[in-house]
Amino acid sequence: MSGTEDILETARAWRAEGESVALATVVETWGSSPRPAGSRLAVTVSGRLAGSVSGGCIEGAVADVAQQVMKTGTPQLLDFGITDERAWEVGLACGGKLKVFVEPLA
Amino acid sequence: MTPETLEILQAARATRRPVALLTRMPDGAQCLHPDEALPPALAEAAEAALLADKAGPVTVGEETWFVQPQTPPPRMIVVGAVHVAQALVPMAAAAGFSVIIVDPRRAFATEERFAADAELVTEWPDEALEALRPDSRTAIVTLTHDPKLDDPALDVALRSGAFYIGALGSRRTHAKRVARLQEAGHGTEAIARINAPVGLDIGAVTAPEIALSIVAQVVAARRGKLLGGKLG
Repeated sequence: MSGTEDILETARAWRAEGESVALATVVETWGSSPRPAGSRLAVTVSGRLAGSVSGGCIEGAVADVAQQVMKTGTPQLLDFGITDERAWEVGLACGGKLKVFVEPLA
Repeated sequence: MTPETLEILQAARATRRPVALLTRMPDGAQCLHPDEALPPALAEAAEAALLADKAGPVTVGEETWFVQPQTPPPRMIVVGAVHVAQALVPMAAAAGFSVIIVDPRRAFATEERFAADAELVTEWPDEALEALRPDSRTAIVTLTHDPKLDDPALDVALRSGAFYIGALGSRRTHAKRVARLQEAGHGTEAIARINAPVGLDIGAVTAPEIALSIVAQVVAARRGKLLGGKLG
């Protein structure tokens, strides 16, 4: 997937500034998910965001998990979807389902 | 992802080298194709992902891997460093294209007019296009209005595998152009590949509006939505 923005380049620049960075990637989608598999979101420990893994519905939740991942160094595979109770919390209104992998850049 | 893997991915992007990143779920172990020797099933999945330019999961035995191809960005070659090109370049770059501007007239093709968004080539258009070797991931747009510059570019474009060819100019200008290209030995079917007047018909008047209509038409072609110059 050739993204329009080079999220990895942004992540690299942030890391070069001395920031801790985590990368979130859409790894699987079902139904009407707004962003295809391979879409990336970079998150820094100071809360900077680049890219997207949805239309804005789950980025907040993913960014929270990214903070944990940066702290523990352990990747996490997240499920989001309408059958998930968390969907209400994070508001995945499109009715799609997706899996997001969150890993530290370290 | 390790910083080393990130460096390899970014170096591959910079040199337009296709590479696939494979990530094991859920522990995040990673490898790169074709940089590393992989089990045949994984190497095949990586190769297929590169060919289709599509990311997705693959299950091999007990393991699930996420395969993410990184293919070079599509290119847009713009012939004519004119006013419309100045509006077109940032829009095309934002839509994910590597933009190359070809214009032998050095007064037009200046860094000042195009900043860092595009590569500038000041060769004659046919020589420039021959050297750039347009392929199925290349769009070619001629904007000069000048047959001396547009025609040699279109001559090379029509003999290439470019997924999109567009030429600025009115219907009358294009009719004359078609006659010249026929005289140069191009068949009717080949000439019909040229989108002219260039761009989707959105009633564009200003340079940014024309640029928008061109980017929209190129994207439609890339995503398989363009039929006879119109949305299919």
